[in-house]
Amino acid sequence: MNDLVNLSLGDGAGIAVLGYLVVFLGIVMLMLVVMLMSRIMIVSKAKAAKTAPVKAVDIPADAIPLTGPQAAITAPGTAGELKLYDTEPRDAAMIMAILADSLGKPLNELRFLSIREIKEEY
Amino acid sequence: MDILGTLQKLALESGFAAFFMADGWKNLVMIVIALVLLYLGIVKKFEPLLLIGIAFGCLLANLSYFVGQEGGNALYHPELWANFLDQNSEAYHNYGVILTQGGLLDIFYIGVKAGIYPSLIFLGVGAMTDFGPLLSNPKSLLLGAAAQLGVFFAFFGAIALGFTGPQAASIGIIGGADGPTAIFLTTKLAPELLGPIAIAAYSYMALIPMIQPPLMKLFTTDEMRKVKMEQTREVSKTEKIIFPIVVASFVILLLPSTAPLIGCLMLGNLFRETGVTDRLSDTAQNALMNIVTIFLATSVGATMVGGNFLQVKTLYIILLGLVAFSISTIGGLTGGVIMYYASGKKINPLIGSAGVSAVPMAARVSQDVGRRYNKTNFLLMHAMGPNVAGVIGSAIAAGFLLSVFGG
Repeated sequence: MNDLVNLSLGDGAGIAVLGYLVVFLGIVMLMLVVMLMSRIMIVSKAKAAKTAPVKAVDIPADAIPLTGPQAAITAPGTAGELKLYDTEPRDAAMIMAILADSLGKPLNELRFLSIREIKEEY
Repeated sequence: MDILGTLQKLALESGFAAFFMADGWKNLVMIVIALVLLYLGIVKKFEPLLLIGIAFGCLLANLSYFVGQEGGNALYHPELWANFLDQNSEAYHNYGVILTQGGLLDIFYIGVKAGIYPSLIFLGVGAMTDFGPLLSNPKSLLLGAAAQLGVFFAFFGAIALGFTGPQAASIGIIGGADGPTAIFLTTKLAPELLGPIAIAAYSYMALIPMIQPPLMKLFTTDEMRKVKMEQTREVSKTEKIIFPIVVASFVILLLPSTAPLIGCLMLGNLFRETGVTDRLSDTAQNALMNIVTIFLATSVGATMVGGNFLQVKTLYIILLGLVAFSISTIGGLTGGVIMYYASGKKINPLIGSAGVSAVPMAARVSQDVGRRYNKTNFLLMHAMGPNVAGVIGSAIAAGFLLSVFGG
């Protein structure tokens, strides 16, 4: 391939194939880098999630023994981690909104594990 | 005072007289072409933000520069730029000559020649682009690579038609469906073809809704087109901030010639994602982008002077551009079909055609065609992954061609 200006058909085909391979190689390598980055982020996020409840709450709500037939249900629209015990989703939404307002923090920065109604026994 | 002589001088210096001089008819033809392009931009809304500027730049250049006259009043002087590229000329790579002897559009064109405008457009594109869909499904990057097939197919086709290597590379990049990249590469490798290549690139981008659907139907089955894709995972803010830094570092280290385009694209994206540079992101997306678009479009249009544009090779370029676009679409669709089978029929191959850049029009076409076959299908966000991957893919393709032919 001495003359890059007046290319022969063979040289042209060679450059075309090489170019397509280089694009693929570059993209595959980039994809692997992005996948690795995503994996690191997901793992670190999972680790943070594991340690977060210990820091945030001294006594998890679900550690309190339940009295009566109180089946836990998952609140709609959550990631599936907020458990509701004897609490209507509407009430839970209000509680979370009030708490976020009182703390002055956006709702998506708070982590709710469970909400249960404490029934006082007289 | 010689009134008759003055009137005669005025008549001879007028553009009307120049139409009857040597090659003056070419200016007339170019004026008609400019009016057709204005019609397409204004009435048919074919990429109007660029096409109107290009058409008016072409009109201005052909109203003020005539081969038979001295170009004293011309807005654009092709001979100055020919000398700028002639190694034996005193004006070789001398912007001072352009600044002192050039017209308004010559001065605008310095930004194209120096590669400033395409890079600044990429800054704006980066600020407007959400890479979230690509981050949530990194495999979609492969479709952005598959859809560069047309670039290299058209490159080979251009070699077969007798174009030089650098010219063929500039023609091929039309298949990347990325206007700024095409302009960037062409000004570096084959500036004499800038007008037709820019026109072909932007016209075909505007015609994507007409070019792609028949090919999508041809290369996929009904069953494939009905596939409903699962919702992608949510991407954290941190990932979005790290992404442009990682991509810029990685791609520029891999192919240094992509630095202006990828560097600006990722800088713009970083402005968008940091959350602390909203003003810069806003400027890059709006004010800066609009200003640069005016300069870019008018100066590119000005290169369409009759002598340069009205050649048989312009027809070849228009034809090869269409081939490049079509083959790129087919490449993306083929990649999509392969991923459809590889994923156990979970990926809708229609998102493959969005691998040609043309953000976001190609993704919208995937969405529209997908919904035609399954009313409950929403492919837009899935198609945005390959779509933005196509921008990176075409920049890598341009970087490769620049490395090979840029000397």
